[in-house]
Amino acid sequence: MIQYFSMLLIAIGIYGLLSQRNLVKLVISLNIAEIGVNLFIVSIGYIEDGLVPIISSVNRTSSLVFVDPLPQALVLTSIVIGVGVTALALALIITIGKTKGSIDLTELGSSGGDDE
Amino acid sequence: MRRLIAAIISLLFFLMLITVLNTETEDKAGIPAYGDADLSSRVSERFVTKSVNGYDGEIVYGVTSDAETGSANLVTSIVVNYRSFDTLGEVTVLFISATGVGLLLGGGKKRIVEEIKVSPVARLASRIVTPLLLTLGIYVFIHGHLTPGGGFPGGAIIAAAFLLMMLTDEKRRAPSKLKILEGYMGLTYVLLGVAGLLISGSFLQNFLPSGTIGELLSGGLVPVVYSVIGLKVGAELSGILDDLACEGSDES
Amino acid sequence: MSVFSAIICIAMVILALVAIESKRLLVSVIMLSAVGLLSVVLFVMMKAPDVAITEASVGAGLTTAIFLLSLRKLKRADAA
Repeated sequence: MIQYFSMLLIAIGIYGLLSQRNLVKLVISLNIAEIGVNLFIVSIGYIEDGLVPIISSVNRTSSLVFVDPLPQALVLTSIVIGVGVTALALALIITIGKTKGSIDLTELGSSGGDDE
Repeated sequence: MRRLIAAIISLLFFLMLITVLNTETEDKAGIPAYGDADLSSRVSERFVTKSVNGYDGEIVYGVTSDAETGSANLVTSIVVNYRSFDTLGEVTVLFISATGVGLLLGGGKKRIVEEIKVSPVARLASRIVTPLLLTLGIYVFIHGHLTPGGGFPGGAIIAAAFLLMMLTDEKRRAPSKLKILEGYMGLTYVLLGVAGLLISGSFLQNFLPSGTIGELLSGGLVPVVYSVIGLKVGAELSGILDDLACEGSDES
Repeated sequence: MSVFSAIICIAMVILALVAIESKRLLVSVIMLSAVGLLSVVLFVMMKAPDVAITEASVGAGLTTAIFLLSLRKLKRADAA
């Protein structure tokens, strides 16, 4: 069930990328798609009635059934890289807004394509 | 019209993505049903029982000492020990993005000041809360191998404490040594890897002794690496927030 | 548990659609932060506390702060 909805989130993110004109809305749609992808990757490793993958004084041995820890390690990296990409994209959009005067794709496209 | 075409394309994408689910049968590999993953056919089985190099015993909390990795948090043992090279790549990507933001928006001379003044109650309360936030952030990345968390959320909590200081004080800027600290921490991570190469023969090898599982001083190099990463991410995100809140560079 | 996760999934989809179709940027950013917070609940239900803490602090907290600070800078660049 979670897997179907995470793929629906990815589709909604792609719809936002195709249909929006404001540059900040494009970055927001990209972030929504990234949340969907991270949910899907963690849901691959889920085992029914599995335990949290930490050896502690409650779960003492390593022969119990743990949830798969490898997709969680990959998603940790993916979340942090998503924040880095968002910050750099927003810095670029601020610079475009300062020099060109607007952050709308149709206005940017029609005025800046004359010098071939 | 444009929205209709975009909706049709994304619907087709959704239908294409759905055909991947529930495709594991006896003779073909695929994505298993939700909750039915078989751990014994994956490499994570070796990561959980810490037996990648063939160690055969059982790992018990507080008893087993000198295992392959010493950290009780299995996700930490993958991120910092078994797949530490990927973490080095991630730290590099964060550094590149923070440098890019600094190049595009940096050199700000003064803060952007709003007309709404912050009330003195909020100012006093933030001075009480900020040391607690810093302590929480340092706790999270020091205990990364025992409790959930680690270097990245610990650094983010430190950056949130800096954001709180910035919001309630109009003149607060980031100290100018912050970017130097970030660079040195990244260099330290690479030097730890080279030290592993010189001492034990592989880049980023864990050369400190891994103690008993569950102690604070266990896991060998893992608390050291997570402290380096925590300080680096905290300095980086604070630098990004400071660049976004200032203006007034050399406007030509 | 399954009914609870179904309610949260449907709420996430509705908030994501509002975030994309809204006319004001401020509403979009707040809806994005809400989608991130609901995904933290799903991560906890899938027994992944490391990912939940990282997404809550980095994804929902700092991304929203970065978005709001950039929106303020864009408004000043527009007005000037």
